[in-house]
Amino acid sequence: MDYSQFLAMKQEIALLVVFLLVFLYDTFMPRKALGATSAVTSVLFLLFTVWSFIWGVPADSVEAFAGMYVTSPVCAMIKNILNVGVLIVLIQATSWVNSEFQIVRRGEYYELLLVTLFGMYLMISARHFLLFLIGLESASLPLAAMVAFDKHRYESHEAAVKYLMTAVFSSAIFMMGLSFVYGLSGSLYFEDIAMQLGSQSNTMLVMALAFVVSGLGFKLSLVPFHLWTADVYQGAPTPVTSYLSVISKGAAAFAFLVILVQAFGQFYSQVWEWMLYALIIATITIGNLFAIRQRNMKRFLAFSSISQAGYIMLGVVGCNEMGLAAMMYYILVYIFSNLAAFGVIGAIENKTGMVEMTDYNGLSKTNPWLSFSMTLAMFSLAGIPPFAGFFSKFFIFTSAINQGSIAIYVLVLIALINTIISLYYYLLVVKAMYISPEEPRIGKFRSTCSERVSLWVTVLGIILLGIVSCFYNTIFNAASLSELFGFIA
Amino acid sequence: MEPVIPIIILALPLTMFLVLGLFGHKMAHRTAGILGTLGMGVTMVLAYITAFTYFFSGSSEFINEEGVRLQSLIFNWDWLAFTDSLVIRLGFLLDPISALMLVVITTISFMVHLYSNGYMRDHHGVWETGFQRFYAFLSLFSFSMLGLVVATNIFQMYIFWELVGASSYLLIGFYYTKPSAVSASKKAFIVTRFADLGFLIGILVLSFYTGTFDFTNFTSVGVEGMANVYQVDITTAEGIRNWIATSPAPVFMGGSVLTWALVLIFMGGMGKSAMMPLHIWLPDAMEGPTPVSALIHAATMVVAGVFLVARLFPLYLMEEAALNIITVVGALTAFYAAMVACTQVDIKRVLAFSTISQIAFMMVSLGVARPEFHHGLGYMAAMFHLFTHAMFKALLFLCAGALIHAIGSNDYTAMHGLRKHMPITHITFLIGCLAIAGIIPFAGFFSKDEILTAVFGQSIFWYIWMSAVAGLTAFYMFRLYYLIFWWKEHKIPEGHHAPHDQPWTMTLPLVILAVISCVAGFVPFGNLVTWNGHPMFESVNFFTNLGALDWSVASISLAVAIVAILLATVMYKKENTLPAKMKNALPALWDWCYHRFYWDELYMFITHKIIFGCISKPIAWFDRHVIDGSMDGMAWVTQRISFAIRGLQSGNIQFYVWVYLIGVILLGAITAVCLI
Repeated sequence: MDYSQFLAMKQEIALLVVFLLVFLYDTFMPRKALGATSAVTSVLFLLFTVWSFIWGVPADSVEAFAGMYVTSPVCAMIKNILNVGVLIVLIQATSWVNSEFQIVRRGEYYELLLVTLFGMYLMISARHFLLFLIGLESASLPLAAMVAFDKHRYESHEAAVKYLMTAVFSSAIFMMGLSFVYGLSGSLYFEDIAMQLGSQSNTMLVMALAFVVSGLGFKLSLVPFHLWTADVYQGAPTPVTSYLSVISKGAAAFAFLVILVQAFGQFYSQVWEWMLYALIIATITIGNLFAIRQRNMKRFLAFSSISQAGYIMLGVVGCNEMGLAAMMYYILVYIFSNLAAFGVIGAIENKTGMVEMTDYNGLSKTNPWLSFSMTLAMFSLAGIPPFAGFFSKFFIFTSAINQGSIAIYVLVLIALINTIISLYYYLLVVKAMYISPEEPRIGKFRSTCSERVSLWVTVLGIILLGIVSCFYNTIFNAASLSELFGFIA
Repeated sequence: MEPVIPIIILALPLTMFLVLGLFGHKMAHRTAGILGTLGMGVTMVLAYITAFTYFFSGSSEFINEEGVRLQSLIFNWDWLAFTDSLVIRLGFLLDPISALMLVVITTISFMVHLYSNGYMRDHHGVWETGFQRFYAFLSLFSFSMLGLVVATNIFQMYIFWELVGASSYLLIGFYYTKPSAVSASKKAFIVTRFADLGFLIGILVLSFYTGTFDFTNFTSVGVEGMANVYQVDITTAEGIRNWIATSPAPVFMGGSVLTWALVLIFMGGMGKSAMMPLHIWLPDAMEGPTPVSALIHAATMVVAGVFLVARLFPLYLMEEAALNIITVVGALTAFYAAMVACTQVDIKRVLAFSTISQIAFMMVSLGVARPEFHHGLGYMAAMFHLFTHAMFKALLFLCAGALIHAIGSNDYTAMHGLRKHMPITHITFLIGCLAIAGIIPFAGFFSKDEILTAVFGQSIFWYIWMSAVAGLTAFYMFRLYYLIFWWKEHKIPEGHHAPHDQPWTMTLPLVILAVISCVAGFVPFGNLVTWNGHPMFESVNFFTNLGALDWSVASISLAVAIVAILLATVMYKKENTLPAKMKNALPALWDWCYHRFYWDELYMFITHKIIFGCISKPIAWFDRHVIDGSMDGMAWVTQRISFAIRGLQSGNIQFYVWVYLIGVILLGAITAVCLI
């Protein structure tokens, strides 16, 4: 065996090294030194992120293990984007993992998180369904443990059980779809499937595709595979929820695009284009309709993230380099905006335990900076210029419209109407914080250093990612080199 | 030239704005004032270095072998690259007019920064509320104005143009507890925004047909490049007209599209430069603090319109119709504003109308500029007058500020006889008046004379007209001067001390500006700023401008000015009955002038009676009952639906799985149906 092919996986290997270092530090260091676990992990991950930006990106597409694993500038780019998000999550989680209840198992949080990230890396780079499945499972199962992290809270357990059951169920459906695909094509390599299936579609294939799409739709919480989302987001500890809502979603969206394009690219216009339309319309609309009535901030963000997933899927509809670039840029901006919102929620929850929207009434009087960050996050999620969210929505709509059919125009029109609806509920939060005449329920407090750092980073990102154009340009350049779209007829 | 200095010129005021805006309230007043002034001082020095390098270094970047000054892009970054073809750039364009404007803006801005240290506190040394905020806004304004003049493309210019509008809104409304200041700032903002609508449409039309935003493609070099392609002679207006006539320019409503675009762009300039009929905001804008009036309403923002026309001048040359419109609008405005200025009693309003009139002078000068007459003398004269006017008008405004600060009123009937109490203010104000009246050897004489020469070359009628305006200018300025500084002084009430000159922070800028007003006329502008960069003189010395005068024009205008001043002396030096007699002899004229020809009332009638009454009310009814009704209906339906489907989110996991399964099957079914 040629061991040099492991070198293609240098990002994964480096991540494993980080994981092992954290693990060894947590296991073997004297009790006194353990106080620095959070700092050590964050610094290690920061080093890894920087390393990965500078030296982790391959110049060209590289494959290993007989083509099961492929990495390329685009894959490295999406991994780097996720790294930035994970770094922010790690910093945000610091005060929570060091709280009274969690302190004994804080190492586990970091270890489980890094393992799931490893699984996501595999999902992104897999070009064979077996490897993909390994990635998918290692990204899902540890998450269930993370959701159950708040041992003293009943909701946390319930959420974990719900997550585990539905995840197992969706995996089962997904694998059934795979067995259909294997039966039709005789291979699990994406390329071979594409070649063997030809371009003739039949009912069997349609069902297989529906199964596969539903398995991925579960990870992305597309409607109607989304019902777990709200309960799990609400029950899980906030640092886990934020991780679930941005990183897990970003990785799944990219993998979704890779599978559809690489394995089923030739059925684009016949089969899955229509599936996507149905899913996107349902996801954006239902997500928005439910979000309007939510009073719990985490549940509210759960439904908002469902509808955001619908917008992310618009990048897949374009099915070209521009769509890919717009999708990756959307994920980047979404990471910053959503993490800003979760950062504020986490800071308030850690201090006061309050998560209801009515608790936020008059927040601007006692905590102006937190309210300011939250407002920027809401503006960005709603897509108000000049914040980054406006640009990401603009690019993703442009990429979809470029595809040019009447159906797309209708789809984009529906999406646009939905952005107006979403404006309503995002502004509800702003209204509660700034306009509500009630006496503030949350007193004045100073958030911890790590929380402030993470908020500064996310707020800067929200302001700069759109106005400074080099971010989109870099992503666009990487995407235009992409090897993914060779199969589109 | 290395881009470092230009970047700092733009970045420093912006940094000052951020620092003072974010942390100013934690600073001591004095610190904030010194910090803002120092920042502007450094910017001024850097701008001088840049302008000096541009004009005198002789580097091949800025001047070619034949001595023609070039346009030089110091840097030009891609900012928003939407697609490969649609790119918005941010950059720094250095050419004669932007170098000139850098000097004007930073000089006046620095003077105003310095002056405000004294002006923005009362006699007991108590600082105005929001003093730090004031300095933050001043820095923001300076940044926007600098960004506007160095813009490399018309889109960047538009962005900064709007920023200038927004920051002037903040400055005019600085005393936001005063209702009149609030309504003045709103008025200024709305009127200029209305004008900017035309500007934006003009930009879009222009860039659609020319396919470019960049100024370097519009200006002489770019035009020459086009001319080489089309093999036409563009050194004369005749050749350019022929080129236009033969090129397939689309026609819209009787004018070529280019004409329409240029006229619409000029509309933006009319708004900012307060040309009739969009001038109504400027007199009201005097509600802002006086240093702001000196900065915004004398020297910088109001000349943005002149600058815009100058920037696109090679394009305007292609369309004689647009230039003629500019001439007519300018000439009418100049005369109108001068008439009104003769009757006002508020010292700042007199200065405001005088500003409108002087800006109109520059517009007329641009309107009559033709390349075949003395190498486009009118263009050079307009820029020259822009420069000298900025200096002496800022001086006059700052003097007015000193008077207001000493007396506590804008009304000059409350002043009288101040020449003994405030000698420095008196002398500097007199110098300002002599300069604006056009008395040799003060700055205004030279620049105004160049303008009149340029007008004379184009049309005798407008020459007589503009000379009359120049006479009126001398008359109303000296009327103001005598009423403030002569006459019998008022009795000072017991317990009050006599008005006196202000602290050095306020008098130093006056003295500096007065000195500049004395000598600026001798600057050989013809060799520095011309429309195509060609120098006008073979060699220059201190007396070049004197030698280049057309003495037949100069002696007439000098005579007119002296007669006007004598007339003002007779009527206003001492309290007498002559003014009242004149008022009674021409009651209607006086009334119309005093009420500014009822422009504001006309606007009120149009907006309230016609637009609100006949158009807005029916639309409002339709909006409230039909559109709101259907929107409310939609919102109601949305709420209902979200209420009805709430049951789906039951928390029951078996139910979730069922939905999941049904979803998969439905998905397959939908797709299968679509396939068939």
